Order: sequence, then C-alpha cells, then structure tokens
Amino acid sequence: MTQDKDQILEEVTANEYKYGFSTDIETDTIPKGISEDVVRIISAKKNEPEWMLEYRLAAFAHWKTMEQPNWAKLKIAEIDFQDIIYYAAPKQRPKLDSMDDVDPELRATFEKLGIPLNEQKALAGVASVAVDVVMDSVSVATTFKETLAEKGIIFCSFSEAVQEHPDLVKKYMGSVVPYTDNFFAALNNAVFSDGSFAYIPKGVRCPIELSTYFRINAMNTGQFERTLIVAEEDSYVSYLEGCTAPQRDENQLHAAIVEIVAMQRAEVKYSTVQNWYPGDKNGKGGVYNFVTKRALCKGDYSKVMWTQVETGSAITWKYPSCILMGDHSEGKFYSVAVTNNHQQADTGTKMIHIGKNTRSLIVSKGVSAGKSQNSYRGLVRINKRAENARNYSQCDSLLMGDKCGAHTFPYLEINNSTAVVEHEATTSKIGEDQIFYCNTRGLSTEQAVGLIVNGYVKEVLNQLPMEFAVEAQKLLQISLEGSVG
Amino acid sequence: MSMVDTDIKTEQRYTSLFSEKREVLDKQVSQTIASHRNKSIRLFEEQGIPTKKLESYKYTNMLPLFEENYGYDFEHKVFQQDLSQIFRCDIHDLDATTVYLINGWYYRQNQLPNLLPEGVLIGSLAEYSTSHPEIFEAHYNQYAKNDEDSLVALNTAFAQDGFFIYIPKGIVVEKPIQIVNIMHSEGDLMAFPRNLVILEENAQAKILMCEHTAADYKYLLSAVTEVFVDKNAVFDIYNIQNQHNLTTNVSSVFIKQKEHTSVLTHNLTLHTGVTRNNIHVHMDDEHCEAHVYGLFITDKNQHVDNFSFIDHAKPNCYSEELFKGVLDDASTAAFAGKILVRADAQKTNAFQRNDNLLLTDMAKMYTKPMLEIYADDVKCSHGATVGQLDKKAMFYLRSRGIGVEEARILLMYAFAYEAVEKIRVEAVREQIRNLVEAVFRGELNKCNSCVLCDNDAETGFSCR
Repeated sequence: MTQDKDQILEEVTANEYKYGFSTDIETDTIPKGISEDVVRIISAKKNEPEWMLEYRLAAFAHWKTMEQPNWAKLKIAEIDFQDIIYYAAPKQRPKLDSMDDVDPELRATFEKLGIPLNEQKALAGVASVAVDVVMDSVSVATTFKETLAEKGIIFCSFSEAVQEHPDLVKKYMGSVVPYTDNFFAALNNAVFSDGSFAYIPKGVRCPIELSTYFRINAMNTGQFERTLIVAEEDSYVSYLEGCTAPQRDENQLHAAIVEIVAMQRAEVKYSTVQNWYPGDKNGKGGVYNFVTKRALCKGDYSKVMWTQVETGSAITWKYPSCILMGDHSEGKFYSVAVTNNHQQADTGTKMIHIGKNTRSLIVSKGVSAGKSQNSYRGLVRINKRAENARNYSQCDSLLMGDKCGAHTFPYLEINNSTAVVEHEATTSKIGEDQIFYCNTRGLSTEQAVGLIVNGYVKEVLNQLPMEFAVEAQKLLQISLEGSVG
Repeated sequence: MSMVDTDIKTEQRYTSLFSEKREVLDKQVSQTIASHRNKSIRLFEEQGIPTKKLESYKYTNMLPLFEENYGYDFEHKVFQQDLSQIFRCDIHDLDATTVYLINGWYYRQNQLPNLLPEGVLIGSLAEYSTSHPEIFEAHYNQYAKNDEDSLVALNTAFAQDGFFIYIPKGIVVEKPIQIVNIMHSEGDLMAFPRNLVILEENAQAKILMCEHTAADYKYLLSAVTEVFVDKNAVFDIYNIQNQHNLTTNVSSVFIKQKEHTSVLTHNLTLHTGVTRNNIHVHMDDEHCEAHVYGLFITDKNQHVDNFSFIDHAKPNCYSEELFKGVLDDASTAAFAGKILVRADAQKTNAFQRNDNLLLTDMAKMYTKPMLEIYADDVKCSHGATVGQLDKKAMFYLRSRGIGVEEARILLMYAFAYEAVEKIRVEAVREQIRNLVEAVFRGELNKCNSCVLCDNDAETGFSCR
C-alpha cells in the first residue's frame, strides 16, 4: 500500500505543468532594473498624461522608503529588484482594426491555452465570456467590446482607460489600495504596465462574464498589472481571472493590484483561478505571486464575493479583502489553496466591518502535499460603530504527506459588543476509513482521494461560474491526484 | 529600595540597576542561580521590553508599565505580622497545605504540617538552591525560554527567591498545595519571583497559586514558574489572580512533560490591572496529555492577555485548550494560542477553543488562535467566538419571571461554568464556583481576602 502511494505520488509530482511552453514572439523590452528613468520610460511608452506619470513617480519615491515585508510564513529567496525587466510587450502593429489583425503567433498561443480570441469562434462555442488578454505586461486583445458598449459597460485595457476615461481612472485608482499601502503595491503603482478596467453603469446587469487572462511569456520579466472594477448603483458583474506562465528556471515576479468599488446595492463577484508556473519538483523556478486585492463596499447593501482557486506559483502572498463601509454590506471569501512539492502559500483575507449590519463569510480550504507549506492568515475586524456585525469563518486544512505543513493564523479584533464572530478551523488528513470505504466500492485509492478532495473543496468550487468550475476541477486533479498521505 | 530615575532608555534603567546591585542579588542564593544572570541580562537587553511591535505582544504594550518607578526589595524583609492571621482566603474551608509568599519572597514563618509525605520538599527557592544543589541544578532555568521573551530573561537575571516544590518518585500528595503571594508594601513595588516545581516519576501533586495585593500601591509582578513532570506523573496548577487595578502581573509558566504524564493548567483572572499569562507546554515524550484552561472576568479598564504555546514535539500526545472571557466596561482582552505540531509528531490530537462575551461597546476582544502543523496524521482544530448574551435565553428567563439583572448573572455564570468545571479538584471547583458567582454579582471585593482594611487605624493600610 505504502509503495503504491509513493508510486502514485511520484507520478503526480512528475506531472508536467501543461502550460509551460513559451511563445517565440518578438517582444519590446526595456533594460533591466528600476529607477526613476525606468518609470518615466514606461509612462512614455504608454503615452500617458502628466498626472499619471506624477502618480507613478510619487509611488516610486514612496516605494524606495519601504522594506520588503517579512511577516508572512514564507521563505523568500532575496529578490534583486534591479535584475528584473519592468516592461515587456509583444511587438505588433500599432493599431488593430479587428481581431484578425492580432499576430497569428500570439493567437496560436491563446488557442493553445484554450482562450479564443476570435469572437466568431467564441460565439459558436461557449460564448458567454468577454476576455481581456494580458501578455507579459500588455493587454493584447479585448473581445466583445461592442456588445458591452451597447449597455454602457466599459471593459478595456487599463492603458486604454487612462487615455479614454481619465476621469473615472483618476477618481477611483488608488481609492481602495493607495500606493502607500504596502511594499508590493507601491512597486506596482510605480511600474504597472497594463491591466483591465471595467465600469458598470447604474442599474446595469452585465449580461456576460468579464474575464482577464494573464500570461507571462518573456524571460526575466516581472508582471505588474492592475485591475480596477467600478460597479455603480444597482449594477452587477461577475469577473474572472486566469493566469499561466511558461516553465523557466529562474523565479519570476508578479505583483498585481486589484481594486473593486461597489456602490449602493451593487454586486461584484470576482473569481480567480491562479495557475502560474509553480516551479519544478525540486523547487526550482516558479512565479512569486505577491498580489494586493481589495474591495470597497462603499454603498449600502453592496456585495462583494471573492472566490479563488490557487494551485500555481512558487510563492503566493495574497489576501483579497473587503472593506465593508456601507450599512448592510456583505463580503464573502471562498478559497481553495493547493500546494505541492516546494510551493509556499500564505493566503487569506481581511474583513473590515465599518458599517452597521454588515456581514462577512470566510471559507478557506487548504490542501498541502509534498514538501509544501500552506498558511491561512486572516483578519476580521469589527469597528466600534459597526453595530450588529456578523462574521463566520471556517478554515480547514488537509495534509497529504508527512513533509508538508499547514498553518492557520486568524486574527479577530472585536470592538463592538453587538458583533457575533465565529471562527473554526480544523486540520486533518484523509481518513483511512474513508479511503477504505471507497476501495471496497471498487474505486482505486487514487480515485478515492480525488473524490474526497473534490468533496472537500466543493463548497468553494460551487461558487465559481460554470466554465471556471470545470477548469478548476481539472486543475485540482492535476495538482493532487494520488498524493495520499 | 532604589531605582535610577533619568531620561535614559527604560531597558537601561533595569540593566544599570542590575549591575549596581549585582552583589546583593547573589547573596543568599546558590552559584547556579547566580551563574545564569549575566547571559539573561544580555538577552533582556537585546530583546528589549516587549511592545506591540512584537507579534507575540501584539495587543499588550508592556513598555509603559515598566517605565513606572517601582521600588525593589533586594533583601528578604522580615514581616512582623502573622500572614496566616491577616490573610483570609477567599476559598474558605479548603483543606490544603498553605504557604505564603510576601512580595515574591518565601515567608519564613510558614508553618508546614508534619503530615507531608516523606521526602516532599516545600520551601524557599533560595534555601533549597543551596541545600539541595543536585536536584536544583538539574532543573533550574532549563525550561524557561529566556531567548524568546525578554521578561522571562529579566526574571532570570533578578531571580532571588520564590517557592520550590519537590515531589519524589511515587509520592502522591493528596492535599492541594496552596501558595499565596501577597503584595504588601509601603510604596510602589516590583517583584520577580522565581518558582520551581519538580515531580519525579509516578508522583502526583496539585498546586493552587493565589495572587493578591494588600496595599494601595502600584505593583509590577513578573513571575516565572518552571515545572518538570517526569514519567507517569500527574500535575495540576491553578493560578487564581485577584489583584487591584494598579497591578501589572506577568506570569510565565513553563512545563516540560515526559512520557505518560498528565498536566492541567488553569488561569483564573478575577480581578486585575494588567495581566499577561504565558503558558508554555512542551511535550517532550510520547503519550502526554495537557489540559490548558483559562477564565477571565474583566471590567473597568482592566486588560488580560493570555498567551499559550503547546509544543507537540513527539507523537501520540493530546492537548485540549479552553479559554473563556467575560468583558465588561472598557476592559480589553487578548488571547493568542499557538499549537505547534512538529514533523513526525504523528497521531497528535490538539483542540483549542476561545469563547468571549462582550458586555459593552467599550470592551474589546482580540483573539488569535494559531495552528502550525508539520505532520499529517493529526487531528487539530481551533475555534474562537466573540458575541453577547443569547437574546432568546434571556427572553426565556425573563418570561419565567426572572429579573434582567438576575437573568444576566445566570447567563454569564452559565457561560463561565464550562471553564470552571474543568477544575479537577472537587473542593477547589466548588469554591471557585462560588467565587465566580460572587464576581458576577459584584460581591467579590479584594478586601474580602484580607483583614488589613479592618485594621486600618492600626496598620495604616487600605485596599483598593
């Protein structure tokens, strides 16, 4: 039996990262390193207005005064910030008239990843997702723009938004995550290259899922994109994010920012399936994923829901948070974090209750296998004026193997007596009795584990939009099959 | 009593006091105690007094509390009055072996009963450090983590006296041993009592530590208690804190467990100024069992911070933690519980729970239950809740004709009951039940515990 397990485990760890190919495409890069000049070059390349450059410079000046945080339970090899290329963009003709003009090599890449850039084809197929594709640092294509424009929805790359909707960008950028927020956020603010921007006007229910697909391709580059979603009163949007990177020996840095603003009665669902290259089985290479995600529930009765499936990245440092400012606002966080081999994850959420009658829910499921370390770190803070706040958190960890670690670090800070806050966490392995039961019903141990893990994370996967749920399920299988402890 | 008072760094005040009084400190104690001082004061200096910047003291800033200008007794003072006459225990009629400490110094007039089982030693740490060096050396300062907490290091540097308990192989001490420490002085005072408890194989003992203040001055008490529990031994330690609002009480307990041992710690904070309890349990062998409990009831501006660290270093151990808190007025409390399951500590079962009641909007609760797990075949869980009294239960009681106040008391009592019931000594449990009820009814006055107030005119003391 043990031998079986080892064998299966080996097979799994030997499993190739299937998105590890790289595309041979001409890229426009700038020299390595970071300085004020680099910030200016990036801004100039993007042809940005003066205010944007000033914002970047202020962020850069602030970043220089900061130190890389080390409170997370992560072992991070020292990052040489001068050894990273801060801007890389696939070279293409300056202006695209239609999707057909997209570089065929580039299109092939995304076909391979299963992201159709061709709207016709997409319509014939699964149809209901508008995609903004970001390769290295630049948004290369956005589909279904016109369809969305009819409803008044703005969905475009961030650079485009800076050019075409400067008022909106000025008003909301940095309103949720200011550049002073943390080390990586400051860095992102200084050098961010592109990202997605979505604006849902008052009373509009976005008819299709909006989606951004991130891909790191060029070598030695960092990816710094940012997403800004603004949902006006009574609007609704569901947003998806996916990411992959080629297999490289060195570590790649990804430091992104996601900001969400939800006005009165607006509802935003943000789903992530993160599958950056996790490094090989000896822990070589892989993406450092340092992301600041935060939502501001500004209006009364607003709702934000984060769902994340984290399977990739060598190191994940990510805490999608909700600031529940409006009365009766609601924040939800569903997470599955799977680590294998030498992966490290320190992820969780923050729920800051400010308004009255605010509610939050945290469901976090960690699965660690191999030699990985998986931590949940979360904060629930009930402010003094937050009458009748309600929080429920559940953090479960599943251990597969005796060389991995699972940790839970919840912080509960309660300043109001009407609050009801509950936190529960469990750590266990898959019961032998459960596996035995499945075995007796004719399932192999491997299948049994798959089944049990699936049941274990079901609560989270159920929150994902259909297409994503399928992808996530497949990903989990790749990451976990047979890692029986 | 002396203390350098200038604008220099607080830490430096303590280090210079240390060097100035070095000779006095070493008087009357064994070479062993003295030999640990230099390293400890250096560790204290390096770490500095904990502030909120330190993760383990995130919710309690010790610095301002140590900035006060306290006096310090460097020598054992003869206390004229008979403590057993002055002090009237809250736990009435408890059949226990009682000894007294005054300001952390072992009270020399303690009368020990002749009935103690043979070989059992109860007495002054300073005295036994010289009279029984072979037992003492093997255990003194072996379990305290001077390098992890500067306050522990400070205690080791200044350690002079405290209590020493030794239970030899196979001896079962039936009666609880009650140790009453009374803070009583004619000025603000700090004390660093150092205690050592050794249980040999198959031994059993229960200790009841009662912390009291009996004078209206500011007190800073930072005690370290080391406990060694050898194979198959059973040990209980109850720490009952009933001190006035001007007290800062830091109590650090370090327990080392060997095979097949069962340990219970219970911290009952009934009244205090600022209390910090550190409970470290190190399971160094297989088949250990640890029960770590706490109950705190705070009001006014009181602050209680419970920190527990359960180190599951070996397989097949079991730990259970339960901390309950009731917070009234503008009191604040924090709980941090860390369970570490080391690699290969398979078949570990570790459970932790922290439930809190907030009675007012001014009260604040911070809780941080942590799990750090490196072995896969384990069952670990933690839970934390913060809430208020159940409205439905309240309605039920009121509809049965019970008044608001009475119903509130009943419900609070019911909440605390679970923690009280964890006490393994029947007589103590019964007494604590009454005591807790008295606290909720507002009837527990610290003055109840001593007769000093009654003798106000005579002694000139009064209690807060």
